Amino acid sequence: MILDSKIPAGPISEKWSKHKFNLKLVNPANKRKFEVIVVGSGLAGASAAASLAELGYKVKCYCFQDSPRRAHSIAAQGGINAAKNYPNDGDSVYRLFYDTIKGGDYRAREANVHRLAEVSVNIIDQCVAQGVPFAREYGGHLDNRSFGGAQVSRTFYSRGMTGQQLLLGAYSALSRQIGLGNVQMFTRTEMLDVVMVDGQARGIITRNLVTGAIEKHAAHAVCLATGGYGNVFYLSTNARGSNVTAAWRAHKKGALFANPCFTQIHPTCIPVSGDHQSKLTLMSESLRNDGRVWVPKAKGDSRRPEDIPEDERDYYLERIYPSFGNLVPRDVASRNAKQMCDDGRGVGASGLAVYLDFSDAIKRLGESVVKQKYGNLFDMYQQITGENPYKTPMRMYPAVHYTMGGLWVDYNLMTTVPGLYALGESNFSDHGANRLGASALMQGLADGYFVIPFTIGDYLASANLKPVKTDHPAFAEAENNVRDRINKLLSIKGKLTVKEIHQKLGKIMWDYCGMARSEEGLKHAKALIQELKSQFWNDVNVLGGGEELNQSLEHAGRLADFLELGELMVDDALHRNESCGGHFRTEYQTEENEAKRDDENFCYVAAWEYTGDNAPENLHKEPLVFENVKLSQRSYK
Amino acid sequence: MNLTLKVWRQKNNQEYGRLETYKIGDISPDMSFLEMLDVLNEDLTRKSIEPIAFDHDCREGVCGMCSLYINGRAHGPKFGTTTCQLHMRSFKDGDTIVIEPWRARAFPVLRDLVVDRGAFDRIMQKGGFVSVDTGSAPDANIIPIPKPVAEKAMDAAACIGCGACVAACKNASAMLFVSAKVSQLALLPQGQVERQTRVEKMVAQMDKEGFGNCSNTGACSAECPKEISVENIARMNREYFSARLTGTEI
Amino acid sequence: MSWFTETLQSSLGKKLLMALTGLFLIIFLITHLAGNLQLLYGTKDDFNQYAKFMTTFPPIKAVSYLLYASILGHAVYGLMLTLKNRQARPVQYAYNQPTANSTWSSRNMGILGTMILIFLVIHMKSFWYEMHWGAIPEVNGFKDLHGVTVEAFKSPLYVLFYVLAMAALAFHLMHGFQSAFQSLGWNHPKYTPLIQALGTGISLLIPALFALIPVVMLLTNS
Repeated sequence: MILDSKIPAGPISEKWSKHKFNLKLVNPANKRKFEVIVVGSGLAGASAAASLAELGYKVKCYCFQDSPRRAHSIAAQGGINAAKNYPNDGDSVYRLFYDTIKGGDYRAREANVHRLAEVSVNIIDQCVAQGVPFAREYGGHLDNRSFGGAQVSRTFYSRGMTGQQLLLGAYSALSRQIGLGNVQMFTRTEMLDVVMVDGQARGIITRNLVTGAIEKHAAHAVCLATGGYGNVFYLSTNARGSNVTAAWRAHKKGALFANPCFTQIHPTCIPVSGDHQSKLTLMSESLRNDGRVWVPKAKGDSRRPEDIPEDERDYYLERIYPSFGNLVPRDVASRNAKQMCDDGRGVGASGLAVYLDFSDAIKRLGESVVKQKYGNLFDMYQQITGENPYKTPMRMYPAVHYTMGGLWVDYNLMTTVPGLYALGESNFSDHGANRLGASALMQGLADGYFVIPFTIGDYLASANLKPVKTDHPAFAEAENNVRDRINKLLSIKGKLTVKEIHQKLGKIMWDYCGMARSEEGLKHAKALIQELKSQFWNDVNVLGGGEELNQSLEHAGRLADFLELGELMVDDALHRNESCGGHFRTEYQTEENEAKRDDENFCYVAAWEYTGDNAPENLHKEPLVFENVKLSQRSYK
Repeated sequence: MNLTLKVWRQKNNQEYGRLETYKIGDISPDMSFLEMLDVLNEDLTRKSIEPIAFDHDCREGVCGMCSLYINGRAHGPKFGTTTCQLHMRSFKDGDTIVIEPWRARAFPVLRDLVVDRGAFDRIMQKGGFVSVDTGSAPDANIIPIPKPVAEKAMDAAACIGCGACVAACKNASAMLFVSAKVSQLALLPQGQVERQTRVEKMVAQMDKEGFGNCSNTGACSAECPKEISVENIARMNREYFSARLTGTEI
Repeated sequence: MSWFTETLQSSLGKKLLMALTGLFLIIFLITHLAGNLQLLYGTKDDFNQYAKFMTTFPPIKAVSYLLYASILGHAVYGLMLTLKNRQARPVQYAYNQPTANSTWSSRNMGILGTMILIFLVIHMKSFWYEMHWGAIPEVNGFKDLHGVTVEAFKSPLYVLFYVLAMAALAFHLMHGFQSAFQSLGWNHPKYTPLIQALGTGISLLIPALFALIPVVMLLTNS
């Protein structure tokens, strides 16, 4: 298989406009003859479903939550980037493009990233028009703050709840279309398979999570906007329901999975407090605008932070990276925190934490200003830890947050399966090996509002799509497979709970495929995962039936897919003999412990092809060509 | 900590439910309330008792999925908190904790502690938006919005749609939820065009869903995890009457 | 259905009616109290003259019909709202702790209102009915309502009933006054504290003075 990324020719800044002109159009009267399925209702899914419905397509949208408003985009805190240059501090589309490529450690496609930077400005306009209450200056204009990996302020925000406000904006647009009858919404519905007819994606099989009914849905094209797979680590900042199932089912139907090992570990999360922990809570990167990260200079210093004098503190990010200071990209901040803790200078009861200190900011700005900027985050910290961050520094440790990897897509966001698209975090496209803060919201909305409405028309207009209904044998076959699998899960009746196995998988992934990876560890992990997988299929205990609301069954089905994905992630990490961005192989580092890329051998997207159960996947390479940005060692010093 | 839990169990929407009593031990005060339920569910599964179904997702207090009535209070004994952000340090060793689903005609129980809050979505579909098609927006800085107005709109927009207001209200009224969205868009210049039809349609749908009336007890705001003010309800009353009196739609 | 009736039948419209009738009844209470205080500081004739004026002067008669309508409307709509609110929660909580989030009076407006209604029926039977259709002897050319009142408040039980009823009224007003403003949409950070203070003042003062009349009359006449 040759991967055709369909990147348009021409200068980078003209590619997207030229491409839009070259795309075929569907005339308005014909649009209502086409049905499009959108799976997921987060930023990418809701914005895509709403925008496609506005154009006149008949849209069906699915989410597993009880309302589309609850998709996990809602939890994003800090902000959304856009190259508006309102602060007049030297930002531009090109700079946002450049920062994103560099931040991604040169493992993203130039053309996609430039398009992302171009449409970023439209996103802000659109969201403001929807009534998203962004933070404002006293003059009434939009306020900006800065995020990691950038030296300009280009991040728009709504307190510490930007994701919520943007999602509610997209949800309102979606709600409007549902009310108008242009979108049919299916809540508490989980996609369990893609249906292929004549080599094209023509529908999906779902399970109604309330009644357990297996349902068939046909359409002319299918868009997956199903988010990331961070929950393979069990503990992550993802919502408990976030899963890889839709993407993984698509992968098994022929969609290649790209760069699965590229996961982002977020540097500022509330540390784990015990085995009972079910999820990790992120504290927005925006806190690093005003908070200072430090550890004691001496190892094993167990004094209270207030008692450690200034000259015995090591503000290590400011020391090592003077030009970016506390605002280095996430992978760099995380790795340094781990380094400090590995050196024995970690703080807190577990020794697995660093301080994020606001005392200087409170002195400089006053408590009320700090409260206005970060109040809800401080409250959240206090609720979880029982400590008051206005008085004592926060304790922070890195945690799994985002997955840059995902379904391989071309410039049109189409996977290797014709008619099957992947949007937002579920695709691999824009962040390379590390995502910059406030870029996930940007990408989700870019894909949904401003990319897919153009590119899907080209496919619908040019692909020869025969009428297909759910009585086609391909639907029956897919439905039977889904039923068999559910029955299998319910019939094992073993001794292990789903949660136990998931926790074990998470520990393996975190220990061997987390912040630092080595050949030896990864090989070991692969064996452990295989063993765990067989334990799962022989000894898991899922109570209840299939024809009812059964949360254990839902969790078990998702875990089964995570087990397979985990193995692929390990394979991918093992094959990539370099360090880049969030992928840090201990064998490949510079003398200063920075990631050491190997551009000669690994400057490509690794796209994996499923070949059958328990068979090794085939690797396909899409070479990355850098025509505009010069490949160099990233430096934030 | 050792606790006695009385949990509402109900097979589905058709059958009657009842409170079941479970004992649970070895609970750490650092656990969240939902993590305590996770532990209980693990216990039950090992004893071949079907685990308790409850809604939850983000577990960081913003998705609005979690919805438990704990010891007679929506989201439990702490103010300004969702169930997922409630920690066991708010309870004492030996406590008995009663856990029920939200109770309202408009929120039918689906199973155990899971209810259907689709009514909220249907209200939003009637008018909880600004009708602006993708691509038709002017530059974002064209309309300056005074900071205090933006802040007030944000206060209302912080609603997570969990339904605690309905659950806590003695009348199962949805006024706080609806008024939060009406307020946000009535305050902002972007919402002016549809200001009158929005409030009329949303109120009509709210009434249709079978929520009770507001009797201004203030329980909704007191139990709201985002502490949304009843000022919004007054604003909605104002908006509604002015729309009915001066609006052109008959 | 016209837009007007539709508005009044919506949940917010019903609340509007409750608020408007409620506020009107409060205004009535104030004037009623002002007149009745003559029982304490005026002469017998003053009061009887006042009673005649109130029952015969045409504009006052017109307003009195509005008053009867308000009382009925407030009660009927209150009942309708209460029934609808009951239906909104068919299954009650097994364990509920509303004290944590709301005041007792705000949750019991229906019961308090019913108590006040019962009081009103008895009160109107004793005085209003007697004044209009009863056989009250005339003194100095006026029906001697003052005498009827003095006679009635010689009974300690009857006085106690009045005091209790006024306590119910106090609780009812405690929530009702500020709630009416909220229902009308008048909630503003600058003025709401004033409304609340005024509400507390009115709901304590009016019932207290009303209750004072029978108590003082009981003590001075027996």
